[in-house]
Amino acid sequence: MIHHNLQLAILLVATAVLASCSREDRILRQPPSANQTLNTIQISGLNPGANLIPTPPSSNMYEESAYGVSEGQKLFEAYNCVGCHAHGGGGIGPPLMDRNWIYGSEPGNIFATIMQGRPNGMPSFRNRIPEYQAWEIAAYVRSMAGLLPKGVSPNRTDQMNIKPAESSMPEQVPTGITGVPEKRK
Amino acid sequence: MARAEPIFANDQDTGQSELAQRLARTWRQPKGLWGWLCNTHHTDIGVRFMVTAFVFLVLGGILAAMIRLQLIRPENSLMGPDLYNQVFTMHGSTMIFLFAVPMMFQGFGVYIVPLMCGARNIAFPRLNAFSYYLYVGGALVLWGGFLTNTGPDVGWFAYVPLSGPAYSPGHRADIWSQMITFTEVSALGVAICIATTILRHRAPGMTLNRMPIMLWEKLVISIAVIFAMPAVMVASGLLLLDRLVGTHFFNPAEGGDVLLYQHLFWFFGHPEVYIIFLPGAAIISTLVECFSRRRIVGYTPIVVSVVATGFLGFSVWVHHMFATGLPQLSESFFTAASLMIVIPTGTQFFCWVATIWYGHLQLRLPMLWCFGFFFVFLIGGLSGVMLASVPIDLQVHDTYFVVAHFHYVLIGGALFPMFAGIYFWFPKMTGRMANATLGKWHFWLFFIGFNITFFTLHFLGLRGMPRRVYTYGPDMHWQALNVVASSGVVFMTAGLLVFLANVFRSVRVGEIAGNNPWGDAGLEWSMSSPPRPYNFLHVPTVSGRDPLWEDPPNQPVVVGLRDDIREILVTHSLDADPQHKDEDPGPSIWPFLSAVTVSAAFVGSIFTPWAVPIGAPFVIVTLIGWLWPRGQSPTPRPTGESWLH
Amino acid sequence: MNATRNLASHLLAQAQALDPGHHHMLHPAAPQAGHIEWLYWFTFWILFAVFVLMIAAVTRAGAKNRVVASSPFPITEKDEEGDRRAGWAVGAAIGITVITLFIILVLSVITGKRVEGLTSKNPVTIQITGHQWWWEVTYPNPQADQTVTTANEIHVPVGTPVVVLTNSKDVIHSFWAPNITGKRDLLPGYSSAFWFQIDQPGMYHGQCAEFCGLQHAHMGFSIIAESVDDFQVWKQQQLKAAADPSSSEAIRGREVFLTHACLMCHTIRGTDAGSRLGPDLTHVASRNMIAAETLPNTAGALAGWVIDPQRIKPGTQMSPNPLAPDDLQAVVAYLQSLH
Repeated sequence: MIHHNLQLAILLVATAVLASCSREDRILRQPPSANQTLNTIQISGLNPGANLIPTPPSSNMYEESAYGVSEGQKLFEAYNCVGCHAHGGGGIGPPLMDRNWIYGSEPGNIFATIMQGRPNGMPSFRNRIPEYQAWEIAAYVRSMAGLLPKGVSPNRTDQMNIKPAESSMPEQVPTGITGVPEKRK
Repeated sequence: MARAEPIFANDQDTGQSELAQRLARTWRQPKGLWGWLCNTHHTDIGVRFMVTAFVFLVLGGILAAMIRLQLIRPENSLMGPDLYNQVFTMHGSTMIFLFAVPMMFQGFGVYIVPLMCGARNIAFPRLNAFSYYLYVGGALVLWGGFLTNTGPDVGWFAYVPLSGPAYSPGHRADIWSQMITFTEVSALGVAICIATTILRHRAPGMTLNRMPIMLWEKLVISIAVIFAMPAVMVASGLLLLDRLVGTHFFNPAEGGDVLLYQHLFWFFGHPEVYIIFLPGAAIISTLVECFSRRRIVGYTPIVVSVVATGFLGFSVWVHHMFATGLPQLSESFFTAASLMIVIPTGTQFFCWVATIWYGHLQLRLPMLWCFGFFFVFLIGGLSGVMLASVPIDLQVHDTYFVVAHFHYVLIGGALFPMFAGIYFWFPKMTGRMANATLGKWHFWLFFIGFNITFFTLHFLGLRGMPRRVYTYGPDMHWQALNVVASSGVVFMTAGLLVFLANVFRSVRVGEIAGNNPWGDAGLEWSMSSPPRPYNFLHVPTVSGRDPLWEDPPNQPVVVGLRDDIREILVTHSLDADPQHKDEDPGPSIWPFLSAVTVSAAFVGSIFTPWAVPIGAPFVIVTLIGWLWPRGQSPTPRPTGESWLH
Repeated sequence: MNATRNLASHLLAQAQALDPGHHHMLHPAAPQAGHIEWLYWFTFWILFAVFVLMIAAVTRAGAKNRVVASSPFPITEKDEEGDRRAGWAVGAAIGITVITLFIILVLSVITGKRVEGLTSKNPVTIQITGHQWWWEVTYPNPQADQTVTTANEIHVPVGTPVVVLTNSKDVIHSFWAPNITGKRDLLPGYSSAFWFQIDQPGMYHGQCAEFCGLQHAHMGFSIIAESVDDFQVWKQQQLKAAADPSSSEAIRGREVFLTHACLMCHTIRGTDAGSRLGPDLTHVASRNMIAAETLPNTAGALAGWVIDPQRIKPGTQMSPNPLAPDDLQAVVAYLQSLH
C-alpha cells in the first residue's frame, strides 16, 4: 500500500512529464513534405559559398521509357499545354517542335521552365503538378522536336491527327542565340 | 525389277534386306548439327514440332500456375498489374499459337499424314522444314520479348484501342503482332504440305471414300487454315501499320473503326479453335475404331460432319462480340449458326458411342484418355450451347464462366486427345511401349486436377468475377472458390510430371513394341517402329477403308519406283490412280537459312522500316538458293512399265 | 439530417456488401436479369439431362461388351444387324439434338426480345462514359444547369425505365451489373443504348468486364435503386454547387485543394476547380465508396488515397500528393464536407 503523499507526488510528476512532452521533442526525421521549399522565391542574387547556381539535372530518366514519354503526351493534353502551344506549332505560346529554344532545350531547362514559369505568359506549375509529371512532360516536349530516339517517341494518337507522329519527326537540332546548331550531349 | 511382294512384306522389314539397305542409303538424312539443320524428313520434323510444342505447353502451364497463385487471395501481392497482364497474355498466346496448333495440327499432321497415305515423305518437304524454323523463330520472338520486359500485355486477342499506339506505348504489342505473322505463315506452310500430300500422294487404291477419317480431317483443317490465317494476319498487320506507320484503320477520330479489328480477329479466331479441336476429334475417331475392335459406325456421317464443322466454323465468329451492341437480328443469326454447329459435333459423338456400343471395348491406356475426352469435352460443348444464346452470353461473357467453357473444350478437345494420341503412336514413334501404370496415374491425376480447377470457375463467373483481373476485393466473396480452383493445379502438375517421367523412362527401357501393338488398321502400322528413313519398304496400295483389317493377303504393292534416287509416286486426287513419278528434293540447308533471313526481316521491321529494304535482298538470296533448279537425275528412267503387279 | 442519411446509406452499403448475392447473375433484381435467369435455368436443366444421358450411354457402351486382354482382341468382321441398329440410333439422336437446339434457339430469341423490349417515352436517361479506370455518370438534360454529373455511383428510381447511353473516352470498357441486366461494351466512336428497370430498392454492384489496362480489376460501380422521392432528393442535392465549408479545418482544406495538384484534374462546382480529367468531386461525400468502388468513403481511406493512389491502384491516372500532415487532414475534412 503506497502512502497517500507518495501517490500525489507520482501524479504530479506524471503530469509534469506529460505536459512537457512537446516542448522537449526532438524531431529528428522531418516528414518528407516539410522538406519541400514551398512558395519560396529568390530575391537576392547572393548565395553562401562560391555563389554557384546549381545547374539543373542533365538527364531525364523518363526519356528512356516509352511509357514515360507517352504519359507526358497525355499530360500535355490534360493540363492544357495545347491551349497555348497547340500540338507543338505554337499560338499564344512559342512553338515547341522547331529549333528555337528560348530557355534551353536540355531536359533540365524544360523542367525549370514548367516549374518556374516564364515571362510573357508561361505559368508556373510548381505545387500544381508533381515533379515527376513535369519530367514526363519535358521528355514529351523534346520528342516533339524529334530529339528522342524513335523507339520511345509516341506514335499516332487516337485523336484527329493534325501532324505526323513524334516518332516520325525529323530531328530539329536546337540552335542557340548564335543561330548555329548546338552540339547535343 | 522384282516381282511384287505382298503388302505385309512391309511388316517384315528388318532393315537388313538388300532393298532396305539401298533405300536407307538413298533416303538417309545427314548427321551432326549441319545434318540436323538440313533435315527434311517428315518424321523428324514432326517430332520436332511435337517436342517444341510440348515445351511451350509446360511454359504456358507455369504461367497459369502463377495466375492461380496470384488469385488465391484477395489483394494478393505476388504480381502487380503490369506483370500479371503480361503473364496472362503470354499464357493465352503461348497456349494457342505456340502449343495448340503446332502440336495438334502441325506436329501430329506432319508425322502421321504421310504414313497414313503410304508415302515416303510429305509433299514439299523443304517448305515443311521452313515452317518449323519459322515457328521456332516466332516463339523466340515472343518469349525473348517476355524475358526482356517487352512481353505483350494486352490479352491474347489484343483488342484495339488498348493495343493501339495511344494506349500501348513501346513495342510490346508489336512483338505480339509479329509473332502472329511468324506462326501463321508457319501454319500456312504446313497446311499446303499436308493438303498436297493428302490430295496427291495417297497410296494407289485409296480413293477419297477409303481415306482414314484422320486424313479427311487434316484436309479440311488445311483448307480452314488457308482461309483463316490470312484474316488474323490482316488484323495484326493493320495493327502494326497503325502502330508503326501511323495509319488510322482503328482510329475512330479519323474514320476508323474499333469493331473492324474484332471482326477480322474473330473471323480467324473461331475457325482457329476448330483447327485445334478437329485434330483431337480425328484422333478420337481413330482410337475408338481401334479399341472397339470394329470399323467405325457412320464413316460417311462423320466425314460429312468434319467437313460441315470446317465450313460452319467460319459462320459463327460474331458470338464473340455479342456484347458490343450489334443489332439484335444479326446477333440472332449467329446464335442460330452457333447452335447449328453443335449438330455435326454431336453426330461424331453419337457415332463414337455407337461404335463402342456395337464393338468389343478394349480399355487400353489411350482409350482411357478417350473416355476422359468424352466427359470433359461434353461439358465444354454443353456450356458452349449456353454461350450461343445472346441473353445468357450477355451475362457470362468476359467472366470466368467463359474461361471455364473454353478450357473444357480446348483441354478436353485437344489435350486429352493429344495424350491419347501420344500414348497410341508412342510405340510407332519410338519402337517401345509407354508404361501403362504410369499412364493411368497421369490420367487420373490430370483428370481430377483439371475438374477441380475448371469446374469451379463456372461458379465464379456466375457470381460476377470478370476475366483478366489481377486481383479482387475481399468483400467480393470470391476467395473460397478461387482457393479451390488454385488447388487443382497441384494435381495437374503432378500428372504432367508423371507423364514426363513415363516418356523419359519408356524411351530408354520401355517394353519393345512390334509394328502393330494395338492391332490397328491404318497403313502406318504396316511398317517398322520407329519408321525407317524411307518409311515403307514397298509403297503400298489399299482396297478398303481399314487396310490392315480388310485388305487381302495378296494386296499388291507398287513397283517401278527407283531406289537409287528419291522417287515418289504422285496419284490422282480423287481416286488415287497413279499419275506420274516425282523426285523428293532431299536434305537442304536453304529452309533454315531462309527462315533466318525472313525472321530477321520480320523482327527488324518492328524497330525500323529500313529492315524491309535491307532484309529483302537476303531473303531473296536464300529463296534463290532454295529454288535453284535441280536438273535431271543422272540415269535415264526406264519407260513403259506397268505400275502394279 | 444529411449526416443521418449518410450514415443510413453507409450502413446499407455495408449490409449489401456482406450479401454474396449482390453481384450474382442468378439473383436478379430487375426483370431483365430475371428473364435471363429463367432462360439460364431452363437451358441448364435441358443440357444437364443431355449430359446425364450421354454419360450413361458412354458408360453402358463401354461396359457392355468389354474385354480385358493383353493383346489386341480379334476384329468384328461384319455386323450388319449392329450397323443398322446403330444407324437408327444415331439418326434418332441427331433428330432429338436438332429439335432440342431449335427449342433453345426459339427461347433464346424470345428472351432476347423480352430483355430488349423495354421502352418508354419518359425514361431516366443516364450517359455512362468509360475512362481508364472510372465511370463518368451524367444525367443529361437540355438545360445545362439541370444536368447531374457524378462518378461511379448511379442512382435510379424504382419502377422507372432507365436508358443508358454508352461511350468511352479511351479504350473499350464494359458496363456490367449482374443483378440488373446483361453487359454492354463501351466502345470509343460508338454510342449504344440499353434499358433496364429495377423494381425494388437496393444497392447493386457492377464491374468493368472488358480488359482495359492496368487497373481493370479495380473499376467498379454501383447502382442504387431508391424510391422516387429519395431519388429526387438525391438529384436535387447533386445539382447544387458545393457547400461552403464551415469548419476552419475544412476552409483550410479548400485552400489546399485549390493551390495544389487537386484542381488540375477535379471539378468542385462553386470553386475555381473545373477540370474534367478526373471524377467530379462536388458531392464526393455523398458517395459510399471512392476510387471506383475500391475503397470505402472514410477519412482514413480518403487520406491514404489522396497521399498515394499508386500504392492502392498502381498505374492509375491520379498522381501521389505528398502533402504535409496537417494539410492532408484539412483536405480530407474538406472532402468529407462535400455532401
